[in-house]
Amino acid sequence: MKTPALEVARLVAARDLRLAFRKPSQLLQPLMFFMIVATLFPLTLTPEMSRLRDAAPGVLWVGALLSSLLALEFLFRDDAQDGTLEQFALSGQSLTWMLFAKTCVHWMLSGLPLALSAPIAAAMLGVPAAAMWSVVASLALGGFALSLVGAVTAGLTLGARRGGVLLSLLTLPLAVPILVFGAAATGRAISGDDIAGPMYYLGAIAVLGVTLAPLAAAAAVRIGLE
Amino acid sequence: MATWTWFHRLGSPPHVYGFARRWTPWFGGAAAVCMVVALYGGLVLAPEDYQQKDAFRMVYVHAPAAWLSLMIYTTMAVAAAVGLIWRMKVAHAAAAACAPVGAWFTVAALGTGMLWGKPMWGAYWVWDPRLTSELVLLFLYLGYMGLRSGIEDSSKADKASAVLAVVGVINVPIIKFSVEWWNSLHQTPTVMKMGKPTMDTAMLWPLLLMFLAFALYFAAVLLIRLRAELLRRERNASWVREVVS
Amino acid sequence: MLSVAGLHLWRGERHVLRGVSFDAAAGECVLLTGRNGAGKTTLLRAIAGLLDPEEGQVNWRERPARSTRDEFHSQLAYLGHEPALKGDLTGCENLRFSVGIRRTVSAGEIDAALVRTGAKDFADRPVRTLSAGQRRRVALAGVMLAGASLWLLDEPTTNLDADGQQLVATLIDEQLARAGIVVAAVHHSMSLARGTVRQLDLGAR
Repeated sequence: MKTPALEVARLVAARDLRLAFRKPSQLLQPLMFFMIVATLFPLTLTPEMSRLRDAAPGVLWVGALLSSLLALEFLFRDDAQDGTLEQFALSGQSLTWMLFAKTCVHWMLSGLPLALSAPIAAAMLGVPAAAMWSVVASLALGGFALSLVGAVTAGLTLGARRGGVLLSLLTLPLAVPILVFGAAATGRAISGDDIAGPMYYLGAIAVLGVTLAPLAAAAAVRIGLE
Repeated sequence: MATWTWFHRLGSPPHVYGFARRWTPWFGGAAAVCMVVALYGGLVLAPEDYQQKDAFRMVYVHAPAAWLSLMIYTTMAVAAAVGLIWRMKVAHAAAAACAPVGAWFTVAALGTGMLWGKPMWGAYWVWDPRLTSELVLLFLYLGYMGLRSGIEDSSKADKASAVLAVVGVINVPIIKFSVEWWNSLHQTPTVMKMGKPTMDTAMLWPLLLMFLAFALYFAAVLLIRLRAELLRRERNASWVREVVS
Repeated sequence: MLSVAGLHLWRGERHVLRGVSFDAAAGECVLLTGRNGAGKTTLLRAIAGLLDPEEGQVNWRERPARSTRDEFHSQLAYLGHEPALKGDLTGCENLRFSVGIRRTVSAGEIDAALVRTGAKDFADRPVRTLSAGQRRRVALAGVMLAGASLWLLDEPTTNLDADGQQLVATLIDEQLARAGIVVAAVHHSMSLARGTVRQLDLGAR
């Protein structure tokens, strides 16, 4: 009997999670990168907390974006190299659905931990404790949208030389709206204002991403497998 | 059916090559004429603006260049989508030919924007929403061209960059919206509007004519580049040997 | 059931497939032969739908394979040059995934297949610790379990000892007896007990 879709998603998720936890160091690297980037800014700008607080949304979000670009490397690369990505394409199941499952797991392993540990970096940048929940929420939602966009660009650069640099060049312009709304939400949280407006926009982008990105990623992956 | 034969001819490289060769001089000539008339109208005939005096005349190059940069990206995405859906090599060649032209128009819009900024605000760069969007658009063009050159196999490069172009064209309105929203948040005391000042007809017609001139120029350049692309892609085909001999 | 007509495919500048055509009915085996670079792998991938031919058509049960892709793939098992296994997972875990996403399969079925291909002993070790031949035995178990009518095998006997090569021949025999079809790229012809065996030499074009 052909495996139902939900079971397929569960199998894909279980496999990716199992693989990730057998190489746990790979999970920590993007996180450490984010922390290092957050440390660099006070060193290059100023140790004054009040001025750092102004720069905090930018530092947190650029750091999160750069870290997610690093993390995108392990979305498809291993599977493409050992030929298992082809299994996905030849399984007779919806590649779109399977890639969506992979992207969700990828976010759980990279974007979500980053959002949850962001308060540490935020505290180093003078962000008040009252704003921490909003910082986590905005980074979590934005990180999810970034993972979706990144899945498309990671699929496109599968067959390309120097794919890593190209991946960044392709993803950054597409990530501009996520950055704008995410940083605005974080900024408002820091000054104590209501974050609903930018969060709704961020949510809208995430919803659009969920509907369109896996489709585009599946098309990109099939092209990349040729 | 007549429409289908037209569509099929559109997909045949030698036919499109012949069409491009015949029509390029017409587009080029029309572009030159329109450009001369529009420049005369904009630089000489149009009265100087109340606030910006003569500096506003930069709009006659800046605005059409910006519009073209967007129009070309859309054209490129449409051509790419056609190539992807109906698997037409000519469509992919057209998309490839559009990209450098669009990128240059974006550079022109940015450059004229910077030249306009200096007399107006004393600074070469301002984070005006239009300039910021143009900058992001330039990165989108560069990314498209980078992806094309990064993939060895040319048909794979065609298809991958086609997906990128379609994803990009959906993103462009979202990017523009987000940049304008961001800009409206940080409204500085001086109103940084680099859009056209309120215009009367004498100022408006040269602008529209210049837009037409740029569009015709784009068509001429696209046809030339398309011919080169087709010759390069089909270099082993018999029709190319006939054309070249 | 499988019909390939006038397939032309270019890889960059090279015209790799030049008008390849053949038909295969239930219970038939087509062996693809030819020197290295003749296009055996390319042809298998083109039939599987991983590559898009510039011209020509692949039909499965009278319908174009491209338009019925998911259905076609659910009846197809592809064994590539390198067995597609995740190095960090065990053989068992690999099969539970690769077969599980296609059809519901029980642990007992997987065990039985591993015993059959002689891979049971090392099926609980991470695949990266296995030799090439051992990996191929695990991959063959996967092909057995796929429940596919069409098998596309790219040099299935690579890295296998004499026993293993006999195993492949037996598995193909059984597939043909089930009214399945096998298209295999091979370097030397195989002796199969039953089923019609045809040879398609790709070099001679």
